[in-house]
Amino acid sequence: MTINLSHFSAAVVFALFASIVFGITQRNSTMEQVRYGLYCFALFVGGVFLAGWLMALIRR
Amino acid sequence: MAKPTTDKSTKAAEPEYPLTTMAVVAPLVGWLIPGAGHILLKRYGRGILLLVSVVAMFLIGLGMQGRIYKPNGGDLLDILGFIGDVGSGALYFLARILDWGNVMAANAAADYGKTFLIVAGLLNFIAAADAHHIALGKKP
Repeated sequence: MTINLSHFSAAVVFALFASIVFGITQRNSTMEQVRYGLYCFALFVGGVFLAGWLMALIRR
Repeated sequence: MAKPTTDKSTKAAEPEYPLTTMAVVAPLVGWLIPGAGHILLKRYGRGILLLVSVVAMFLIGLGMQGRIYKPNGGDLLDILGFIGDVGSGALYFLARILDWGNVMAANAAADYGKTFLIVAGLLNFIAAADAHHIALGKKP
């Protein structure tokens, strides 16, 4: 079976699973874990957009 | 010349979190089967989420034609890749037995797949360390 993901979708899937593990392992209470997971996910995806725009600007 | 110590209270202090059998078994089981360490410690929700996350990353990595590193890579980066891959525990050994990930595809997707495989293993190492902390009582 072959999975074809674009660079962006691969980055989002990566961010999703990494954020779940970070949330569970780095915080104690359930609420803190959810918050930290969402925070990590936002940072991952925000980083993707930031890097994307930076590369687009460099390319011009 | 150093004076001989006269302090009689040199007995090792009692550790705050004594090492228990479960503190050794849980991370080992968690490494072998992702999330199983947490399930063993009755953290069912966390265990299932960890299992799904690590297994999904590993399978997506294989699906993207990611390469599985072997222990005798020779190159330093290959050895580091192997350390990352082996973090997935039983999934890594299963992949080696069934000859999955034995590809040399040179495209971007395969490169992402390789990264997914390595990161799945590294995340599982973190999860196993977390199971150790829970078993010790450092974390609820």
